[in-house]
Amino acid sequence: MERQIRRLGIGLLVLFLLLFAQVNFIQVFAAEDLENNPANALRLLRAEYSVDRGEILAADGTTVLASSRRSSGDLKYQRRYPQGDRFAHLTGFYSFVFGRTELEQSFNDYLAGEAAELLPQTLADLVLGRDKRGATIVTTLEPELQEAAIQAAEAESGDVAIAAVDPTTGNVLALYAEPSYDPNPLASQDPKVVRASWDELNEDPDKPLVSRASDELFPPGSTFKIVTASAALENGFGPESTWPNPRELDLPLTDATIQNFGGSHCSGGAAQITLASALQQSCNVTFGEVGLELGAEALAEQARKYGFSAEPGEDVIPFDIPWVSGVFPDAETFVDRTPAVAISAIGQQDVATNVLHMALVAGSIGNGGVMMRPRLVTEVRDSSGRVIQEFAPEDFSEPLSSGNAAALTQMMVSVVEGGTGTAAQIPGVSVAGKTGTAQHGEGEAPHAWFVSFAPAGSPRVAVAVVVLDGGNLGSEATGGQVAAPIARAVIEAALGL
Amino acid sequence: MSRAVVRTSRVPLGSALGFTITALILSVGAYVIAGYGKRGQLPAKFVIYAAIFAGGYALTLIAIRRFAPAADPALFATAGVLVGLGFAMIFRLSGGLATEQATWIVVGLAAFVVTIVVVRDHRMLDAYTYTIGLLGLILLMLPMVPGIGRTINGARLWVQIGPLGFQPAELGKVLIVIFLASYLTQKRELLQVATTRLGPFRLPAPKHLAPVLFAWAGSLAILFLQRDLGASLLYFGIFVVMLWVATGRAVYLVIGFALFSLGAYLGWILFDHVQLRVDVWLNALDPNKVFDVGYGQLAQAQFGMATGGLVGTGLGQGSPGLIPFAPTDFIFAAIGEELGLLGTTALLLLYVVLVGKGLRIALEARDPFGRLLATGLSALIGLQTFVIVGGVTRVIPLTGVTLPFVSYGGSSLVSNFILLALLVRISSGPAPGRAVT
Repeated sequence: MERQIRRLGIGLLVLFLLLFAQVNFIQVFAAEDLENNPANALRLLRAEYSVDRGEILAADGTTVLASSRRSSGDLKYQRRYPQGDRFAHLTGFYSFVFGRTELEQSFNDYLAGEAAELLPQTLADLVLGRDKRGATIVTTLEPELQEAAIQAAEAESGDVAIAAVDPTTGNVLALYAEPSYDPNPLASQDPKVVRASWDELNEDPDKPLVSRASDELFPPGSTFKIVTASAALENGFGPESTWPNPRELDLPLTDATIQNFGGSHCSGGAAQITLASALQQSCNVTFGEVGLELGAEALAEQARKYGFSAEPGEDVIPFDIPWVSGVFPDAETFVDRTPAVAISAIGQQDVATNVLHMALVAGSIGNGGVMMRPRLVTEVRDSSGRVIQEFAPEDFSEPLSSGNAAALTQMMVSVVEGGTGTAAQIPGVSVAGKTGTAQHGEGEAPHAWFVSFAPAGSPRVAVAVVVLDGGNLGSEATGGQVAAPIARAVIEAALGL
Repeated sequence: MSRAVVRTSRVPLGSALGFTITALILSVGAYVIAGYGKRGQLPAKFVIYAAIFAGGYALTLIAIRRFAPAADPALFATAGVLVGLGFAMIFRLSGGLATEQATWIVVGLAAFVVTIVVVRDHRMLDAYTYTIGLLGLILLMLPMVPGIGRTINGARLWVQIGPLGFQPAELGKVLIVIFLASYLTQKRELLQVATTRLGPFRLPAPKHLAPVLFAWAGSLAILFLQRDLGASLLYFGIFVVMLWVATGRAVYLVIGFALFSLGAYLGWILFDHVQLRVDVWLNALDPNKVFDVGYGQLAQAQFGMATGGLVGTGLGQGSPGLIPFAPTDFIFAAIGEELGLLGTTALLLLYVVLVGKGLRIALEARDPFGRLLATGLSALIGLQTFVIVGGVTRVIPLTGVTLPFVSYGGSSLVSNFILLALLVRISSGPAPGRAVT
């Protein structure tokens, strides 16, 4: 009997060793595969939502754009966006059904407390039995300026997109596009609420989830003339260099012509026109000539320096959230398409961009020819307020010399002082700007643009505005009439006027 | 009867107290941590539950000191840790179930004390071989009685009398082991004699082989009638092991294994639910099936343990609520999720200690009945733990039995405390104060 009992003991021990081996396999060797099994989504979700997710704050460090609070529901924390639809395109949403977007996605490591810098605090929380806490991110966004942009946009009946950037740092001070959306229902813990909101937003033909300020591209029209003008200045021409001034420009190889706005003749029909005067009056004929004179290569090279990529979606300008920067095709695509060079030089046909990109372009002219990287997040703080990560301003490029930047600034000031952009005048402040009225299809009302910076001598803000499909004025709209007053309102708010 | 066990030395109070206090600290500690994990604060009923554990363990220790002073002090302490850990997990899963479990812990401890008081000498039981056997059989079959039997989760294991529901088979298991120990001690000489040759094996006379076949038929009947795969496997396994230990003849293991294989094959042929169990076991993580009933629950157990990883999410921090039957059959996976590999390893080691102590008691027992009884009871705990943990971890197809001392459930807890009391009794020898004659 004794021998059998000992053998039984060994037998049972073998069985238990099998269990030990299997438990090790499940909990260590195969753990990662098992954990990431799609059928385990709910557990991972709960773990994710048991983190006290960090806040997203405005530049003032007090205005809360996104925060978490304890929930009575199945998931422990509920994300909320106290500002409603004001900052939705920047914060993005945090949905347990549809995932994360924008800052919620790109700074998720910090917000969710997974970044390596947060490890000591996470361990401390673990020992103390507290919930894991995410880090707070501080943005560059100015709530008052954003509010001013929203007010100005809402006063206009059309869909408006506005970008306000600090030209010296690249700080994105305000970025707003109509239509926006409220991220709160998408962050709901009730799947029905989430799905209803999601369906409504996706069925909306105006696509509120897509920011027209940074996620979509539109022809920039005449605002692109500041890029063409930069190319001219960088290639040896001056503001006072003169150009032939016909009523219309015959495009080589075709019967087509380029005409000025409304078929008018610039400078009262004078035989010659200066570059500065052509910019002030936004002469398409002259800039068509400039484009043809410089050639596709010079234009493309200048556009590259301003961050325009050859294909959409290349995103050569890094940003803290996903976005689409402007497009200007490679020079070789213009071979045998000479007319397209002239048309692209006035911001039509092959050229496309958005207000965030154009605010950076305008800002770089005001910033002495140095283009800054757009910056949305300045620092990350752990939950006890300690700064664990800082993001310094960074140069992106030097699209033009400081001398040429000063010259172009002066040309843009004259646009506002006595050209197409007079509606952007602010008493006591020198505003530099450029209008644009971009055709985007036969019979469609044009997009009205205005890009600007102020004060011209030492700019504190660069503002770009687009009013889609002409806004109030429809097909009669021009950038000067529709977009410039909006830009003025935003500049005034930015300068505290 | 002569004095079979000569052990008069009392275990030093210090070590008995040390073991029990350790068990108490671990039990109450796990419960408090679970409370903090769940709500971030001391559990509301802390005083009540702490008092139950402290009072219950203290009174039980006093009873052991008084009625079984020479018992191995680690036995009760090991079970105490298991009970405490299980309670913390159950509390973490459901406050309501915790209240019931606390009641059952009190009843279980009382049953433990009553058992060591009443069974002053385990050899008393040897006198009631067939009474105990019959009682065990009745308890096993009770759920079959129309009117009081209940089918829950596909198995007919429950008896409902008025408001009181219980699983009589849990106690039946213990009684059957006592019966087998008694019966086999008496018959082992007969069963040892080999008379017939079958190939390379020498078999006992057919009439002595009858009990094996009878037990096999009985376990198949349980499988057929109650659809309880786990219990069927367990009974037959225990029977074969005890028969082997009693006779010392390995041929019974071989025959038993052959019969078991045949039975399993028959079950697989005849029953959809057996086929399903096997398919669930093999294909629990098949992407096409992982959301299906059965597959999903086993898959959730794997996910839970995997998510726990090495150190676990912490008590109250994971999502063991996603595992179906987490407080009962799947409590091992729930512990794996929140306490990690460290927790599951510790748990398995506690069972190794418990089963090892049980077998050591068997070896040290001087009478064949006590020896066989301790062996059977230890094997029961060991095999039952293997069946459920192996099922949850996909070593073998899952069959629903409780994890001894840990799972939620009154019948199981009380029966296991009675089982433990018998081991304590055998370990200690006859109760002092009255001469056993």
